[in-house]
Formats: sequence, structure tokens, C-alpha cells
Amino acid sequence: MPERKEKYKKVAYYHGCALEGTAQPYNTSTRAIAKKLDLELVDIENWNCCGAMEVKNIDPEIQTYLSSRVMSLAHNGMGQDVVMAPCNGCYHNLKKAEYDIANSKKSRDVVKKISAKADHPVYEAGQVETIHALDWIKFGYGEEELKAKIKGGLKGLKVANYYGCMYTRPRHIFPEKDQGGDSESTSQPHYMDDLLEIAGAVNVEFPLKTACCGGAHTLSDSDTSTRLVLNILQAAEAAGADVIATECPTCHSGLEMHQIRALKRLSKETNVKIVYFTQLLGLALGLSARKVGIHENVSNSIPLLKSRKIA
Amino acid sequence: MRSVADIGKALDAPLPPSDPVAAATFLLFSGEEILEHWLLAHDKAPTDELKEGFRVLALHRQGARGDPSFNACRETARELVYHYNLIRLEPEHQDMPKRLVMMLLVAKHLYLFVSGKMEVAGLGEFCCSSKPIRLNSA
Repeated sequence: MPERKEKYKKVAYYHGCALEGTAQPYNTSTRAIAKKLDLELVDIENWNCCGAMEVKNIDPEIQTYLSSRVMSLAHNGMGQDVVMAPCNGCYHNLKKAEYDIANSKKSRDVVKKISAKADHPVYEAGQVETIHALDWIKFGYGEEELKAKIKGGLKGLKVANYYGCMYTRPRHIFPEKDQGGDSESTSQPHYMDDLLEIAGAVNVEFPLKTACCGGAHTLSDSDTSTRLVLNILQAAEAAGADVIATECPTCHSGLEMHQIRALKRLSKETNVKIVYFTQLLGLALGLSARKVGIHENVSNSIPLLKSRKIA
Repeated sequence: MRSVADIGKALDAPLPPSDPVAAATFLLFSGEEILEHWLLAHDKAPTDELKEGFRVLALHRQGARGDPSFNACRETARELVYHYNLIRLEPEHQDMPKRLVMMLLVAKHLYLFVSGKMEVAGLGEFCCSSKPIRLNSA
């Protein structure tokens, strides 16, 4: 544990494309937390797309290369051995690339060939460790230390923690999970629950915490996405949640947009608010709502947070 | 076996309030049925085997073979079983109505995920008989 604390104190920060666009509040709040907790984020310069879903669906080897380039930049360009990716899509893809490079000669050959063509050092398996923002705070700062740092806290706010599908799947690309002790569970993830409980939230029992939000076909089949999201929102409300805490930009924007669409298209209204977990942590640490970008969310949680004297 | 559309309609209708175990059994069975549709659309005969005592888990495992993305509903199937067990073991529990509502939402999610995936994959408009039509027009 102390080893990880030292290791995660300064990490290469790979925010990816979503955190520069629709998930800007996730970026804002992550950076604000880093500053507050004295954790150093070093931006990866000249980064590229991780390959997201689009490239992966067409050519998984190209996705492996794209993610490998990001890891190569961190290791060979910056001398960093930890990459922190708050976006579930980026995190998932870097982990997948790591697995493919370690286990598939074909993947290694493709990465080698394109890296040579692009004139940058080839990424070799094991040169960096990719972690999520949840690992970064839980181990880089520490739970006991976080407890001591909480100011005001979340005052019993009822939270449904929603992890989405990419944080834990497929299992084989996350060899560090399901190892018992303080490792994350792929079937019942709990790191976000742990951190928000420390921050003063009451976590509700939420059976759809890893269920699909329909993010992959939000444009090609919006109605299916709307129905899936509506079901998630209704389940969170039935569980008694005031807010849904998210840690995936795709899930977050899907929940926000389809909450509105469900009202317009299906006349189904839900009132649960959608907030990034980093925003909730930031508020609990005494940062202002503006500092953690609450006003940038589509889902307006300001009246709720003000009424509870959290913001 | 009911059509996919009929399963969806049944999950939108109110559950019989008088017998929670019967309602939970109906929801568990709905989960099995939607997974059977997924398998049939892939020309696989749905298994009658049980996994950890439940056919819905065996059907899910069968459905995910060769299609790892189908594991995105693995936990949903497991939650369905969990809620079924909760209701069956403690039908008089004060939280029973809440548990039943939650089980309904879990069953609905399994239905929405599988039926949506079938539609996106062009496997039929919630009716096995339409599959050849789709395939011929492709």
C-alpha cells in the first residue's frame, strides 16, 4: 500500500477526448481534487485517441496501437510509469492494449510496424501501469488520509454508484481485480462506494451498478438507449437515491441526455441528479460547486446540493 | 414461448400484489425467456441445465459463448437471481414490495439489453419468424 501511495503521487494524466468536451466537468473536478490533495497530474503531450469504440470495432489491432502510443509517450517521452485515465473508455482500452501486447504476437507485430512508421519508440508490455481515477485517489492519497481531509462532507446524501460496463469488463484485461483483500471486484465494484462513504454519503443498494447504459448505440438506436437509461434512473429512484454518482463520461452524458429524452419521448419524468464522483468528493473536501464544475453539468443538482448545505 | 414483444408488454404491466413469490417466479421466468430468444436467434438450442441452481444463469453463460460483449448483462442476470432469492426466502419481509419493484426493474433491464442487442444485430424484430426476412433483405 505505501508503495502505491508513493507511485501514484505523480502520474501521467491521460484525460482523453471526452474530458475535453462533453465531460469537461469531470476534468475540472479531477484537476481540482489533485490540487486539493497535493497529487500531481502531468498531462501527456501530443496524446491521441485511445481508439474508443469506433476504431476497435473496425480493427482491434489499430486500437491496440493507438493506445500503445499513449503509453509509449508516458513511458518513453515523460519517464512516467503510471498512467491515470479517468474515462472508462480510455482506461478500458489502455488495459486491453496492455493485455494484447503481452499476449498476442500479432498485436506486437502491428504495434511494432506502425510505431516504426510513426517514428516513435515501441511500447513494451509492462512499461506502465494504467490506473483509474478511483485507484488514484483510493491508493494515491489513501482512505484514512481522505477521511481526515473531509470538510463538511456529503451530509448523508443518498448516492447510487453507477460504474457502467467498461470499468470491469472483460475480466481478463484487469488481472489486478478480483484478487481479494483491497482489490476491486468485477462483479460488485465498490471503490466509488468506499470513497463516497468516507466523504459522508449514504450508498444505496443499487442492483444496476454495472448494467449497460446503451452508450454504444446512443446515436444508432437512441430509443433503446433511452429505455435502458430510464430503467437505470428509475431503479436509482426506487433505491432511494438523491443522486447517481458516475465515473464514466459516456454513461454520464447518456444518463443526462436520455433523462431529458425520456421525458420528451416517453413522458417519463425522473428527478434523480447525475454527478461525477469527483465532483461529490470535491464538494466534500470543501471545494466550491463552481470549482468542481457542478454548473457545467446538464443535470441541475445545484438546488438539491444547496438545500442539503453541501454546495 | 411468448414473443419478445409480449415479454416486454408483460414487464410493463403491474405485478399481481397478492403473491410475491409467484410474481418473483414470473420475473425470473421472463429473464429465462428473453435469453432463450437470444439463443434461438443465434440458432442455438437453449439449455435446460442449471448453473448455481438457476437456468437463467446457464442460459446467460450459453448466450455469452463466442460473444463476450454479452457479458455486459451477466451481473443483471445474477441480480435477478439475487432478488428472486430475497423474495422467495423472506416473502413476509417488510421490504418485500420494494424488493419486488427492484426485481421488476432488473428483469426489465435484461429484457431491454437483450432485445436492443438483437435489434442492433439485425437478429429479428422481436419475433423469430422475421429473422429470415431480415437475412434475405441484407
